[in-house]
Amino acid sequence: MLMPRIIASLLIHDGGLVKTVGFQNPKYVGDPLNAVRIFNEKECDELAVFDIDATVNGVGPDFKMIAELASECRMPLCYGGGVRTVEQAKTIISLGVEKVALSSAALETPQLVSDIARQLGRQSVVVVLDVKKRMFGNDFDVLTHNGKRKSGLSMRQAAEQAQQAGAGEIVINAIDDDGAMKGYNLALARQAREIVTVPLTMLGGAGSLDHLAALIEACGTVGAAAGSLFVFKGIYRAVLINYPDAAQKEALFVSERGQA
Amino acid sequence: MIGVVDYGLGNVQAFITMYKRLHLPAMPVRTAGEVEAASKLILPGVGAFDHAMDLLNASGMRDAVVASATERAVPLLGVCVGMQMMANGSDEGKLPGLGLVPGRVVEMKRLNAAAVLPMPHMGWNDVEAVGDASLFRGLQDGLKFYFLHSYCFACDNEADVLAQTRYGATFACAVRRGNVIGVQFHPEKSHHFGAGLLRNFAEL
Repeated sequence: MLMPRIIASLLIHDGGLVKTVGFQNPKYVGDPLNAVRIFNEKECDELAVFDIDATVNGVGPDFKMIAELASECRMPLCYGGGVRTVEQAKTIISLGVEKVALSSAALETPQLVSDIARQLGRQSVVVVLDVKKRMFGNDFDVLTHNGKRKSGLSMRQAAEQAQQAGAGEIVINAIDDDGAMKGYNLALARQAREIVTVPLTMLGGAGSLDHLAALIEACGTVGAAAGSLFVFKGIYRAVLINYPDAAQKEALFVSERGQA
Repeated sequence: MIGVVDYGLGNVQAFITMYKRLHLPAMPVRTAGEVEAASKLILPGVGAFDHAMDLLNASGMRDAVVASATERAVPLLGVCVGMQMMANGSDEGKLPGLGLVPGRVVEMKRLNAAAVLPMPHMGWNDVEAVGDASLFRGLQDGLKFYFLHSYCFACDNEADVLAQTRYGATFACAVRRGNVIGVQFHPEKSHHFGAGLLRNFAEL
């Protein structure tokens, strides 16, 4: 059976690892390389690293940092942040990264997704959509630049456009739930599941293993990504990198195993 | 010495890092001479089939890789698109493959049109050894590897299938013909299962 993917999502800001709440107030939680080493030991399914400075500061990806992370990483690695050209994507893949994530560039220039997919294969192109619930109705807006700019597209429009262009995975990042640790927005997840025909990953809101299980029950084989859950411990949010062991993970998949 | 063929595609460094941890000698090879000096070879690969074939052809190492695998019978491990390149050809492209393992690379969704599953096949999936199990020796139950692909290997000869996986349909996720082995999954990114497989390959 193809397992749901339990993905650790790490944010890089000023060269350090940080965690935000609602995309605000980055709190320093440690050294990125050290975190990668710990996730190696814990046999994490997959790691996603997002440089949250690159696009906002208008700079490209930090290839030196990516090379260091990739050579340390013994699990599949996805990198996102500041990627705007095919050449940058090629360089990142050549450094030993499995997947390159695009966000604002994919929304502005869907052709970029197609060009990367054609040259590197669509399995290497991820489109991340930062979404926020509209004031009225049940639709979600897609934002860029760390939630500061509107793209003018709804989640459905943006996801369909990305799939059409050649994205091999879509990550839905729920701005309202970021860092809240109160559980995934399952209504959003179900809506995304219905739209997305490529592998889907949900990010934002996970605060316990039960939240991961609830997402898997709602969406089946899905990527369950989390930041806070895997870097904080306890109600005082003490920094402690953690990750479910094989038995805990297997318990999360009970609903899926039942179907298989 | 295990040589990891560095023709500009695939995660060469991940294999080197993995072997370093296992305290086994491995290095990237970048010329025909270096290919000929290796006692074992790994052919990595990602992306589109023709792009990978183009780069290998242009690297000046193609003939040395094929000669090593055939005339010198050096163990050769193809990974992901590196495995697919061992076939006669691929539905993804127009170029011929290396023809080391008779078969053709086909689009996964064509194996079972009825199954509406997200493509690419992405994530950790169960692997069942069906042939000679020496590559999986010592790896306990619950054998799983990381997959990331939309095309897969269809062997001409059932006997060449080493392991299979199910995603909509059952497909050959590992093949072997003599000293030539191919795996569709990524052992270099599959934690202890991958480390065990790469160790077993080194000990073949």
